[in-house]
Amino acid sequence: MTAMAEPEVGRARVRKEDERLITGRTRWTDNIALPGMVHMALLRSPTAHARITAIDTSAAKEMSGVIAVYTGDDLDPGGEVGMPNAWPITPDQKTPRRPMLAQGTVNFAGEAVAAVIARSAAEAEDALAEIDVDYEDLPVVLGLDNAVADGAPLVHEDMGTNKSAEWIFDSAAAGSGGDVQQAMSSSDVVVTRRFRQQRLVPAFMEPRSVVVDPTAPQLTMWSATQVPHILKTMVAMTLGLPEHQVRVIAPDVGGGFGGKLAVTPEECAAVVVAQKLGKPVKWTESRSETMVSAHHGRDQMQDISISASRDGTITGLKVDLLADMGAYLGIVGGGVPVLGAFMFNAIYKIPAYRFSCTTVFTNTTLTDAYRGAGRPEATFAIERIMDELAAELGMDPMQLREKNWIKHDEFPYTTVSTLTYDSGNYEAATAKAMQLFDYDGLRREQAERRARGDRVQLGIGISTFTEMCGLAPSRVLGSLDYGAGGWEHAAIRMLPTGKVEVVTGASPHGQGHETAWSQIVADQLGVGFDDIEILHGDTQSSHKGLDTYGSRSLAVGGIAVVKAAEKVIAKARKVAAHLMEASEDDLEFADGKFTVRGTDTSTAIQDVALAVFAAHDLPEGVEPTLDSEAVYDPENFSFPHGTHLCAAEVDTDTGQVRLRSYVSVDDIGKVINPLIVEGQMHGGLAQGIAQALYEEAVYDEFGTLTSGTFADYLVPSAMDLPSFTTDRTETAATSNPLGVKGVGEAGTIASTPAVVNAVVDAVRHHGVDDIEMPLSPMRVWRAVHKGDTAAGGPGAEAGGGLGSIDSAHGGAQ
Amino acid sequence: MIPAPFDYVAPSTVDEAVRALADAGEDAKVLAGGQSLLPVLRMRLAAPTTVVDLGKIGELKGVRDEGDAVVIGAMTTHYDVQRDPLVHDHALLLARATDTVADPQVRHRGTFGGSLAHADPAGDLLAPALALDAEMVIQGTGGRRTVSAAEFFQDFFTTSLAPEDILVEARVPKHTGWTAHYEKFNRVAQAWSMVAVAATVRAEGGTIAEARIGLTNMASIPVRATAVEQALVGRSADAETIRAAAEHAAEGTSPTVDGNADVEYRQHLAKVLTGRAVEAAMAG
Repeated sequence: MTAMAEPEVGRARVRKEDERLITGRTRWTDNIALPGMVHMALLRSPTAHARITAIDTSAAKEMSGVIAVYTGDDLDPGGEVGMPNAWPITPDQKTPRRPMLAQGTVNFAGEAVAAVIARSAAEAEDALAEIDVDYEDLPVVLGLDNAVADGAPLVHEDMGTNKSAEWIFDSAAAGSGGDVQQAMSSSDVVVTRRFRQQRLVPAFMEPRSVVVDPTAPQLTMWSATQVPHILKTMVAMTLGLPEHQVRVIAPDVGGGFGGKLAVTPEECAAVVVAQKLGKPVKWTESRSETMVSAHHGRDQMQDISISASRDGTITGLKVDLLADMGAYLGIVGGGVPVLGAFMFNAIYKIPAYRFSCTTVFTNTTLTDAYRGAGRPEATFAIERIMDELAAELGMDPMQLREKNWIKHDEFPYTTVSTLTYDSGNYEAATAKAMQLFDYDGLRREQAERRARGDRVQLGIGISTFTEMCGLAPSRVLGSLDYGAGGWEHAAIRMLPTGKVEVVTGASPHGQGHETAWSQIVADQLGVGFDDIEILHGDTQSSHKGLDTYGSRSLAVGGIAVVKAAEKVIAKARKVAAHLMEASEDDLEFADGKFTVRGTDTSTAIQDVALAVFAAHDLPEGVEPTLDSEAVYDPENFSFPHGTHLCAAEVDTDTGQVRLRSYVSVDDIGKVINPLIVEGQMHGGLAQGIAQALYEEAVYDEFGTLTSGTFADYLVPSAMDLPSFTTDRTETAATSNPLGVKGVGEAGTIASTPAVVNAVVDAVRHHGVDDIEMPLSPMRVWRAVHKGDTAAGGPGAEAGGGLGSIDSAHGGAQ
Repeated sequence: MIPAPFDYVAPSTVDEAVRALADAGEDAKVLAGGQSLLPVLRMRLAAPTTVVDLGKIGELKGVRDEGDAVVIGAMTTHYDVQRDPLVHDHALLLARATDTVADPQVRHRGTFGGSLAHADPAGDLLAPALALDAEMVIQGTGGRRTVSAAEFFQDFFTTSLAPEDILVEARVPKHTGWTAHYEKFNRVAQAWSMVAVAATVRAEGGTIAEARIGLTNMASIPVRATAVEQALVGRSADAETIRAAAEHAAEGTSPTVDGNADVEYRQHLAKVLTGRAVEAAMAG
């Protein structure tokens, strides 16, 4: 009689958390005020590299409202505390100690030097100006090529080098492919380029903030962090606190993009200060502080060579990276470019591959994970050079890709970098994208504009990408020397009134976990969407977890939720059978009800929950609880993929780029909530396009960040972006029961090369074969009119441009 | 991002405001909408002892008709300038330029006079004021005086306003029936102009009878492109005439260099954008 309820999974539900997030009527960390709370402000170094010869805090201590002023030596007299790096990429990696407050030297402009504690935030900030620091300048190390040059001055003199580590993958050594040198020397064509991945600022909306309450044996820390669970363990280890006496709460968190995947000096300093004073302490940064002291992203120099036969079959790929770590290593640090190592081969069948990466210190803000973390950099380089190879061969760039990609009937496919892609259908996504885009029509218009020498030239950019998501199988992380596993935890609490609390270890910071998890649980347990509350981010209620980054929440954390729900149903089945005096085997569970097969006798899971709460009549040996816990460790990564097509108009008189249309067809497997997917795609595309056209963290010759405000660091708005045409194909992941893959980073990873390829395509007939990012109007204009396409930063030699056939390798035609 | 402490006064008349400034001495600052001043205070790039807020002075707000001129009160918001029929009918160039200022939030708070007095060479209202021969009415301790736009703008962020002076209003001679266009070039929509060109023309038949061209961000102050104006006047407004005239746009300019543009590129842009601005102005 009752129709099957419409499944929640797949519904485009408006997010249940949005009202409070958008109006700000919620527990942002900075909204928290505790009795007796004091405020911390940090004095930051104006200089990029200097020896601190003296700090005089006496005048600051006399200022109104000031309670204390601390230097690095005050907080850590022994000089023993250093922020954690969880991923030493090689056994001999050089890892400098990163103190809470600078001790002895400052190594980047923006490093905290002293802390003022005052009754109010305003008084704390007023007193900063009264601290007198004597700096003795040291030579400033800037730029990757400069930092690794012979005789370069050193960021950390005691290390004797600016190189942190060198990490190498060689398919010949790994047994997953041939020798790349051999492949290249016997190939018809070798194309070589140097691409620069400029430095970016994650630019999350909510600045970082921390409140520490030491007024109980168990210290409580609120932090605007992506990683409350990691933070709890790491703060305990870093500061030598007993872990059971640390509680971390990430209340609602306003974005992160990887920028809050960190254990920061500010967080640790707040703990030490709170303990010293015995009072709650709050620190909330200004946007200016975020720009210079929260970690940056990208910043690589990529030397890439690809070889192929004349018919377009790829024979080898060689990548040499220099990766700028800034002055210290962050929690992932050198692991970011290493993640990229697995993605340069992308969706292609490449028989020989060699990757090397040298991580390098400079006197700049440190770099670490930023949306995509290693994978956007890799995707950019391979998708850019595929276009260059196509131009060299005189092939259509899509045909070249098609010739080399893994066919849909070849999955599972083990790549040259040793990952096994479980599923995918590049043909289907591409066919759909080409049709939505009107590829042939735009190519015709492009030819017409070229023929008549139109002021506005049209270009088409392609990006057929994949990424590794769902970080990560713990054994794989172990093999890469990462400091933790990649599992995720979930728990379900069945309340007496039939309502459900779901605890997740994946701590959201804007992604919509509460809505998506509710949809999953509603279907699994057959309870109403509105009867489910998702608890997260507080290590007291969510005692176990590995948090949110790397598009892992759904593909790992979501599966843990499913596993926990299965356990609830298994427990409830026993009780339901007892209540209905039936055999467990005769019960069917659907739409929240256990029904005795072939009868209309049924009992709802809510009734079972109440019966279990009362516990008056339970089967022998059954504990009075339906609550469950599950920890899920994925067997494999997931591999979303897609085809992105961009049409760009270039005004050749001014160099201005206008994106005319943008089509993305993504395959992220099964979709829980299409509206959330749409939001992730739009935001991701905006961020990836921003790297291509707008954003760059720029340092001057003294190591001062000149793009230190949003007036200079250009984050685009909707006004600057085209209307996106987003669509999907759906090839279920085979590695998890929901068939999901993850969508958090897809747009960012795919879009940057699509845009740059489109712009280069528009002006290739002017002799342009690369333009350094971001593609500012001046850079585009110079490329068209002056042949200036420099990769390498201000003053560097022109890079990718000339001599695409490398005669040194014997392949010149 | 918390300003250093300061005293705050909000007078209700211009006389009181001038007195408050005189009393406060050289370390006072005028708050006229706050879209530039507040960031400067928050970043502690300035730490005035007194801030004199003009926001409560009714006589500084609004637009009125004074025969041969449209008079715009200094505290009239950009939003109100954009929508004012007098401005539209007699100083269309100002309306067009104001349309491009920042974003709607800024246009609701920022003021016409605040922008002029701030004198940021990348600000969008300076070049139109210069092109339209606007006169600035200033009140100081010695009473009122009027200076031309050309005298008013003196250098980067520097005008002929003395510390105790207040910009009361701008008298804009009527350019009734002139068409206008403001061609703004920037990298993202709400950013400052890298270069912009303010052009307004009066056509008789197909001939350009009069032309006024002002350049934004091509020097430390707004620049009048007189050579372009001369090359246009009396000519038929065909594409070749406009192109040839626009070639003079960079004459006498001395733009700054920043990450977005060097001198060569800015001067190139000035020529391209001048041609486009004049064409668009002619098209109405």
